[in-house]
Amino acid sequence: MLAFLARRALATIPVLAMVAVFVFLMLRLTPGDPAAIIAGDNANTQQVDAIRAQLGLEKPLLAQFGIWIGKILQGDFGESFFFKKTVADLIAQRIEPTLALAIVTILLAVAVAVPLGVLAAWKQNSWIDRTVMALSVAGFSVPVFVIGYVLIYVFAIQLGWLPVQGYRSISLGFGQFIERMILPSITLSVIYIALIARITRAAVLEVLGEDYIRTARAKGLSDRQVLVHHGLRAAAVPIVTVIGLGVAVLIGGVVVTESVYGIPGIGRLVVDAVLARDYPTIQAVVMVFSVVYVALNLLVDLSYVFLDPRIRY
Amino acid sequence: MADAPVLEIRNLGISLPVDAERKLAVEALNVAVGQREIVCLVGESGSGKSVTALAAMGLLPRGLKPVSGEILLQGEDVLKATPQRLRQLRCTRMSMIFQEPMTALNPVLTCGEQIDEVLRAHTQLDAAERRARVLAILRQVRIDDPERVIGAYPHQLSGGQRQRIVIAMALALEPVLVIADEPTTALDVTTQAQILTLIKDLQRQFGTGVLFITHDFGVVAEIAHRVAVMRHGQLVEYGPTEEVLKRPRADYTKMLIKAVPGMTPPARGEASSRPIVVSTTGLTKAYSEGGWLRKTRTISAARDVTLSVRRGETLGIVGESGAGKSTVARCIARLVDPSSGSVTLGGEDIARLSHVRLVPFRRKVQVIFQDPYRSLNPRRTVRQSLVEGPMNYGLPRDEALARAKGLLKLVGLDEAALDRYPHQFSGGQRQRICIARALAMEPELLIADEPVSALDVSVQAQVLDLIEDVRKRLDLAVLFITHDLRVAARVCDRVVVMRRGEVVEQGPTAELFRAPKQDYTRQLLAAAPGREWRFGETAAS
Repeated sequence: MLAFLARRALATIPVLAMVAVFVFLMLRLTPGDPAAIIAGDNANTQQVDAIRAQLGLEKPLLAQFGIWIGKILQGDFGESFFFKKTVADLIAQRIEPTLALAIVTILLAVAVAVPLGVLAAWKQNSWIDRTVMALSVAGFSVPVFVIGYVLIYVFAIQLGWLPVQGYRSISLGFGQFIERMILPSITLSVIYIALIARITRAAVLEVLGEDYIRTARAKGLSDRQVLVHHGLRAAAVPIVTVIGLGVAVLIGGVVVTESVYGIPGIGRLVVDAVLARDYPTIQAVVMVFSVVYVALNLLVDLSYVFLDPRIRY
Repeated sequence: MADAPVLEIRNLGISLPVDAERKLAVEALNVAVGQREIVCLVGESGSGKSVTALAAMGLLPRGLKPVSGEILLQGEDVLKATPQRLRQLRCTRMSMIFQEPMTALNPVLTCGEQIDEVLRAHTQLDAAERRARVLAILRQVRIDDPERVIGAYPHQLSGGQRQRIVIAMALALEPVLVIADEPTTALDVTTQAQILTLIKDLQRQFGTGVLFITHDFGVVAEIAHRVAVMRHGQLVEYGPTEEVLKRPRADYTKMLIKAVPGMTPPARGEASSRPIVVSTTGLTKAYSEGGWLRKTRTISAARDVTLSVRRGETLGIVGESGAGKSTVARCIARLVDPSSGSVTLGGEDIARLSHVRLVPFRRKVQVIFQDPYRSLNPRRTVRQSLVEGPMNYGLPRDEALARAKGLLKLVGLDEAALDRYPHQFSGGQRQRICIARALAMEPELLIADEPVSALDVSVQAQVLDLIEDVRKRLDLAVLFITHDLRVAARVCDRVVVMRRGEVVEQGPTAELFRAPKQDYTRQLLAAAPGREWRFGETAAS
């Protein structure tokens, strides 16, 4: 097990190195000049060149890359071109709203989707099953921003139950925090509910066909015991896998939701940074995301050991 | 009440789904199990024996419905019982033991938990009392180390131990009736003997009535007080074991009993002077696991195996699961690469030939696999499966097709079979197709890896006859792998006994069965169920 962890930790090095090269080159190969954007529309060539020199962009690509990597290894993500702050500070400021939104969303999605999936599997081909699956297809098909604006229109504007937009830190009170979290997390969770419910249904359905389910029934256990203790427990591996992947994808997928609801999170930061060709910020955010992806994947793999005793590393 | 049967099935009818080949899975069935009695329900696949068992437990799959009759458990009709009442009855008054203990146990729960569940569902005992009870029942099913087994997961136990866990679950609350559905079919012969003894002993100790479902007349002879023979959902014959086995009345029963191969090998001609087709010397296949940052562990699936097969001869490899039989066969066919030793085919050592240089040799060795349901590609017609191999070796299509037609005739199938898909055939027919497919390559060595163990006994006899016939007609060398000593006795000229990857003993079949030299061979022969009944030889009369 420790050997497995060590191996996986070592394996992240080439992954991150590839991501670093890729994001660095992509940014420099795409059109757009950060110096020109900072200098503004009225600047002349000398001014732009001066800014470029100041940002260190006149150096050869390899040298720029070397400097960047060297600093990262010392834990320094550099300074934003555009926001005049260190990138580390920038991310630290924006991480809370994004993390909060992601956690609330995934909790909501799991709490709704897993029971729905189990129910649909148990009542296979019944109206319950068909309804759940129809909703699931709908959940996949409707774009996030449509759901977002419909929810805002109904619950914030027409009914006035919830605020339209904004974010309030949880440290300023849970009530205000959750009030502003409800609509964004519902919006974002729809597609995950659809995904997780489908996978849960399929996984449980497969397990329900197994011999040991018949054994459990032959023991005189109640339907609920059979379904939860034997069915769901044995179907856990694919369900946890899709939840894990869901969390990973979700962190990258908050951009639209954050924009619709005016939440000052990482998603918005990325949009702003890309528009301003703010290389250090984009590079740092992408690197942080890849570390999170790798870590989540590792967590999912580790969870298998607890979910299925046949799996040993 | 003393002599009243614990289970009485009266005029039972169970309907199949509308699109099935017949209307009723079970028709007008009358069978009873008395107290302290073992009744065997015998039949081939599709005879309705398992459906009957599931109906008694209230576990019929969707689509099957009881349409007539009653199933009385101590006088109470379980077909009329509410779901709650059925749950109460299960495990307390009637229990079931399943065929395959690996799949019958939940892989993600410990064995202790799974037995404990029975007690939690049906008793008011507290945790400590339940644990004591679980330990006691584990000792009763003769589990050596119950403290350890309680915390073990099913995959950490052997097949025999797993089946003991299933039996422990079934008997935990001492039900009056136990329904055992082929409980030893998935087990090795020595384990089977132990489990049969265990079931008999516990049945006597608890005074349980047992409805024992099997397709194996050896097992019937070993365990049954009375026998009910079923075919196509109907009762064909019903009576005391002695009666039915010695003086079967129904033709179907006679045929079934006759189809069971005897334990005494028939006399066979000498083949010792014929040329050797394939031979191995010191053949070893080792798997190693671990490596980087971990200790390497080497497991020998086959160790130092030396054998040879002559033209026109059938060499059997017998042994229990994990003995290395299939590994040896796969090394000879080069489906896996041997670790060391040699495999000589046509005068050349092929053990380490590269895959490119192996191509001309591939044609000479062909394999028939165990499960004809899985060894034919379901998306290809029989024609495609039969012509593919020869055409791959350069035979023009029309010649390959002509050969395929000839072979279908040889294996007893109609030419019309060519354009059909595997799922349109029965198991026995599919195995015939597999044999034709192997023969299409005009091999010198035919490897048959448990070719009949997935088949019903009557079909089994036909397929064995076919393999014998083909061997004689085409003068083939056959390497026949089986765990079933009766089958080995029937078709093999010589037999190699394997255990844990090594050859224990080899010699001419008749000699080895009559006077085994090694203890292990003796154990194996002694474990064959119903060995004192001379099936196959006398029952024909």
